Amino acid sequence: MASDSAPLSAPAPVTVRVQAEDFDTAAEIESLSAGRTDIGAVVTFSGLCREEKGVLSALELEHYPGMAEAEIRRICEEAITRFDLQGATAIHRFGRIDPGARIVLVIAASTHRQAAFDGASFIMDYLKTAAPFWKKEHLKDGTARGWVSAQDADDTARERWARG
Amino acid sequence: MREVRLVYFAWVRERIGVGDEIVSLPDTVVTAGDLIAFLKTRGEDYAAALEHENVIRVAIDQEHVEHDEPLGAAREIALFPPMTGG
Repeated sequence: MASDSAPLSAPAPVTVRVQAEDFDTAAEIESLSAGRTDIGAVVTFSGLCREEKGVLSALELEHYPGMAEAEIRRICEEAITRFDLQGATAIHRFGRIDPGARIVLVIAASTHRQAAFDGASFIMDYLKTAAPFWKKEHLKDGTARGWVSAQDADDTARERWARG
Repeated sequence: MREVRLVYFAWVRERIGVGDEIVSLPDTVVTAGDLIAFLKTRGEDYAAALEHENVIRVAIDQEHVEHDEPLGAAREIALFPPMTGG
């Protein structure tokens, strides 16, 4: 039953935070993998705020407190089961985010690289369409362009994980 | 009649004009879809916010549900647009 890479059947740790503050990507990777000898691959995804060709002054991220954390945790736990991950971390910010700043971080750890790549991708695809966050754009001319529309491409990205 | 807490987000919140409220629901409101139809009768702001019913997402006690889901003994029902995080 025990594989060469997972001598202990300890549950894979899931860290989820929804916060206004910035985060330290390197510190989060270290936190997930420090002291572990069963992890062979760590994949991270960082989502940053684009300036949209110079017109955007900031994004405003609204979220549903409580449900946002719960949904992200559910998605991470599903990824751990599905891809046999050794651990996952997801951090999503809310409030005002300036161009160039970090919005979201996903880290997936596994024994071999493909599961970590797939796990990080799976978490992001579900997070974008199921975690209750909404982006509003504020423009440099002082106006609010309004709420970002959901993209069909995001639904398509999620659907590729559907099991037939 | 029963009272539930409704919470709204993003442009649903902005168009309705409040972030949350306690509303008494008539017994004829059984499903999430019934709730949306009922709210649309509460005034122009509600009608504008919920005009395109099919895009409105619903969560009952912080879990996603379809419009045909019975509200049951829901304590908190959230209405919001498609999500755009990440």
